[in-house]
Amino acid sequence: MAGLTIDLNIYADEPALIDALLAGDKHACACMVKHHGSQMYAVALRIMGDADEAEEVVQDAFISACSKMASFEGRSKLSTWLYRITTNAALMRLRKRRNDTVSLDEPQVMDEGDLLPRQLGDWNVDPGRQALSQELLQVMEAAVETLPPSLRAAFILRDIQGLSTQEAAEALDITESALKVRLHRARLALRERLAGYLAEQSQEMAL
Amino acid sequence: MSTHNHDHDHGECRKLLKDLSDYVDGDLDETLCAEIERHMDECDNCRVVVDTLRKTVLLYHHLPAEPMPGDAELRLFRRLDLDAFVGVS
Repeated sequence: MAGLTIDLNIYADEPALIDALLAGDKHACACMVKHHGSQMYAVALRIMGDADEAEEVVQDAFISACSKMASFEGRSKLSTWLYRITTNAALMRLRKRRNDTVSLDEPQVMDEGDLLPRQLGDWNVDPGRQALSQELLQVMEAAVETLPPSLRAAFILRDIQGLSTQEAAEALDITESALKVRLHRARLALRERLAGYLAEQSQEMAL
Repeated sequence: MSTHNHDHDHGECRKLLKDLSDYVDGDLDETLCAEIERHMDECDNCRVVVDTLRKTVLLYHHLPAEPMPGDAELRLFRRLDLDAFVGVS
């Protein structure tokens, strides 16, 4: 069976890898793809909600990254730069899918009234201690897909991929305060959607 | 925040709502934290919202990533003209 034959340990650290990438070293490009491919695929899959399109996004993103390596200025981590390229590729593809009829930033969800929490039941779930059921995982994934793309991308980068506020803002080319606003809106919307499921579960357990 | 069970001004719930993400992240200054905590002592609904918002964030921190399928990774390498790194084992 075909597999990959790459030694990931030949570059001492990220600066050494970047030097090799800038020199056009194919082994360095293979290392970058092997090392970061899965992270970028995870982001693309959650933004697109479709495995085939996620694969195409990742291909487009790495082609773009390899061809414009010279534009990487080293001010951010390589992964942040790749997240930026991948997120852009995904959002561009979504925009095409929508046939340019709807701006990705509109509707941003929600006027202020939409942000007001309506589901106010408590949840009997301890995220740190218990394994999450398949059903809950599906509810969580489906909830992310309902977010408008700009909020979805902010949430995926910050809360699922675990980028810092600064890194996520850099990846989306927005200010940190704009990132925080999007994140807050996304979290409130997701809380509301999960509440429909988790509050009901907690009530059933209490019966 | 709710439409019922409130014996105080809803405006205070609304005013604090915009800061709850920063509060959950520990990014809020001490004065505002104290204001939110004082409010939560009096407002069960806001206490539940903060608790469930925090749980929402934690739940997503534990959401497992689906790895890139092996055949998709191979197609990626081929598309990037990195066939030299694809071998047969």
